[in-house]
Amino acid sequence: MALFSPMDHSVFSGERVMYLPSFTQLKKYAKRRDPAVPPACKLAVIGDCATQHLAAAIAGYAQYAGLDLAVFDADYDQLDAQIMDPGSELYAFGADWVLLYMSTEKLLRAFYNAPAGSRERFAEDTFQRIDTYWRTLSGRCPAGILQFDLVSMDDGCFGSYALKTDASFVFQLRKLKYLLAEGCRQNKNVYPVDINAVQLACGRDRFHDSRLYYAAKLPISLDMLPAVAKRTVDVILAQRGQVKKCVVTDLDNTLWGGVVGDDGLEGIQIGELGSGPAFTHLQMWLKALKERGILLAVCSKNNEDAAREPFEKHPDMVLRMEDLSIFVANWEDKASNIRYIQKMLNIGLDAMVFLDDSPFERERVRQALPEVTVPELPEDPALYVPFLQELDLFETASYSREDAGRTKQYRDEAVRREMLQNSLSYDDYLAWLEMRAYAGPFDPFHYPRIAQLTQRSNQFNLRTVRYTEAQIQALAADPAHITRYYTLRDKLGDYGLISVAVLDRQDEDTLFISQWLMSCRVLKRTMEEFILNDLVRLARDQGCARLVGEYIKTPKNAMVADIYERMGFRRDGAFFVADTERWERRKTLIQEDAQ
Amino acid sequence: MTRQEVLEKLSGIFQEEFDDDTIRLTDATTADDIEDWDSLAHINLIVAIENAFNMKFKMREVTGMKNVGEMADIILERSK
Repeated sequence: MALFSPMDHSVFSGERVMYLPSFTQLKKYAKRRDPAVPPACKLAVIGDCATQHLAAAIAGYAQYAGLDLAVFDADYDQLDAQIMDPGSELYAFGADWVLLYMSTEKLLRAFYNAPAGSRERFAEDTFQRIDTYWRTLSGRCPAGILQFDLVSMDDGCFGSYALKTDASFVFQLRKLKYLLAEGCRQNKNVYPVDINAVQLACGRDRFHDSRLYYAAKLPISLDMLPAVAKRTVDVILAQRGQVKKCVVTDLDNTLWGGVVGDDGLEGIQIGELGSGPAFTHLQMWLKALKERGILLAVCSKNNEDAAREPFEKHPDMVLRMEDLSIFVANWEDKASNIRYIQKMLNIGLDAMVFLDDSPFERERVRQALPEVTVPELPEDPALYVPFLQELDLFETASYSREDAGRTKQYRDEAVRREMLQNSLSYDDYLAWLEMRAYAGPFDPFHYPRIAQLTQRSNQFNLRTVRYTEAQIQALAADPAHITRYYTLRDKLGDYGLISVAVLDRQDEDTLFISQWLMSCRVLKRTMEEFILNDLVRLARDQGCARLVGEYIKTPKNAMVADIYERMGFRRDGAFFVADTERWERRKTLIQEDAQ
Repeated sequence: MTRQEVLEKLSGIFQEEFDDDTIRLTDATTADDIEDWDSLAHINLIVAIENAFNMKFKMREVTGMKNVGEMADIILERSK
C-alpha cells in the first residue's frame, strides 16, 4: 500500500503534510471495483445530510487501501426512513457495517427550532434518538455500527459564557458528545469514528464550506473528504484485524537530537538541551503507545554499546531499555534488521511502523519491505509528534488492561528466539531455559481456566470434548475420574496453565484418556513427554496395567494424529495402549515442581 | 488570461470530471448539454474550478450560473 509516500495530493498545508489522494482521484479508485463481483465486506452510509460524496470518497479510499468494500448510500436525510422501516433498502443490502452521520449543522437547526424551555434537555433528547437508532439497527441486522463523532462548533450566541449555560448550543453539543462517547463505551456493537479529529487538525474553514452546505447540504468540504474517508476505513480495517503492533525507531536525530557516537552521551539533545523538548515529547508519546500495548523496537546504525548508553545512563531519557521489546544496533542494512526484528517478535510486516529521519533509510526500507508503513517524517523534529498523531496509525478495535503487559511477553519470546538462533543445539537451548512444570488435580481456583481451555483448544486436542465450568467441577468431584492440569514456566516467563487431561476408570485394569489437550504455545518443549510420563505413573499407582488413548479426527487437530504412537503407545484397533509396567520413560527437559 | 484560454482550461476540467475527452465547452453550454452534469457533479466542478483558477464563487453563483459563459465571466473578473 502506497500510503504516506510523496506522490499523491497533499491534504494538509504547510510543512506538516499527509499525502492522500484527492477527492477526484478517490472517485476514480471507487470505479475500479467491479460491482458484479461479490465484495469482501459491505458498508451502508446513512446521514441527516447529503452523503453521496462521502460514500464515494469512502468507496474510493477503501480501494486505495486495498479493502474490497461495497458501499450503499442511502441518499439525503434518510436516517428515520431507512432505520425504522424493517423493509428498507438498508436491511435488504445486508451491510457488515452501518455508518451513521449526524451533522452539527442539522443539530443546530433542531436546537434553534426547539421551544426555549426544552433546550436544556437537548443533548439527552438527541441521545435518546440516536440510542433508538442503535437499538433498532442492532435488533434487525447483525451489522456493526460506525458512529461519526459530532464535529465541534461555536454558534457565538453566548460567547464564553456558553460553557456555564445549559441553555446554550455549545454546552449541549459538548454534553451530547460526552453522552455519545459513554453510549459507545457501553454498546459493544457501536464504534466511534473521530472525524472531529480531522476538523481539529485542519481547522473549521477548511473542513466546512458553508456555500456547499447551503447549496447542496454538504457539511464536509470536498478537500477534506479524503481525510474523513481514511478515518472511516481505518476503523473498519482495525475491526478486520489490520492494526499496527510495533514501532521500529531509529536513534540519532529521530529519538534524540545529534549523533551519540560523535557528540557523546552528554552532547545529545534530549530534555532541555537544544531541540531536546521535541525529542522528549516524541519519547513520551512512544511510551504512551507502549503502555497501550504497542511494542517498541530500536533499529539503529551504531555501535551497540554507544547506542545503549543513553537508555541506561542519560538522566533525561524517557524511554529505558525495559520499554523496548528488542534492540538492534549494528552496521547492517536496516531492511535486514527490520526483518530480523519481525521474526524475533513473530508479527506481520504490515503490523510494523518504521521511524527514521533519513530519507535514504526510509526509501531503502520502503523498497525492500513495502508492507512496512514508513511515514515521511518532516525535516523539523518539532513537527514529528503532530505529524505522527495526524496519521491515525494506531487504530484498535479493543483495549484491555492486559495490553499494557504485552511488551514483557514479547521481550520474553524474543529472548527465547534469540537464544534458539545462537545456541549450539535445540536441546541445549531447552536445557538453558530451565523449564519447570507443575501437575495437579483440578482445583476450584483453576476451574474457569480449565473450562476455557477445553472450549478454545482445537489443534493439540485429542478428542475435542468441550466442558463448561460446572461440568469441570462435577468431574473433579467424581471418583470415577482422575483429573490433571499442568502449568509451565521457564527462566524467562510463566506460561500458566497450559494442558488438561482426564482419565476415566474403564475396568480394574484400564484407565482411558477421555480428555487431553495442550496449548500450542508450548509445543516442542518436551511437555508432551512430561505429561505422558506423569499419566502413566498415575495409572501404575492406581494398579492399572493399561493406559488407553484415542484420537478423534477434526478438521483442525491433524498435528496430534500420531502422537500416541510417537510417544511409544502401541496401536490396538482404533485405540492406543501403553503397558504401564513396561513403559519406558520419555526423555523430557522439564523438571517437576512440587508446587 | 483570454476568454478563449479560460474556456479551454474549463474544457479540461470538465473532461476530467466526466471522464470524456470529447467535451468542448462554449459560452452557451448548459447542464442540459452534458448528460452526467447533475447537482452532485456540479459541486465537484465548482470545487475543481476554484482550485484550478485560485478563486471563489459566491453562493448565489454556485446555484445561479445559467451557462458556461457566465461561469467564464466570473472567472475572468476574479482571477486577475
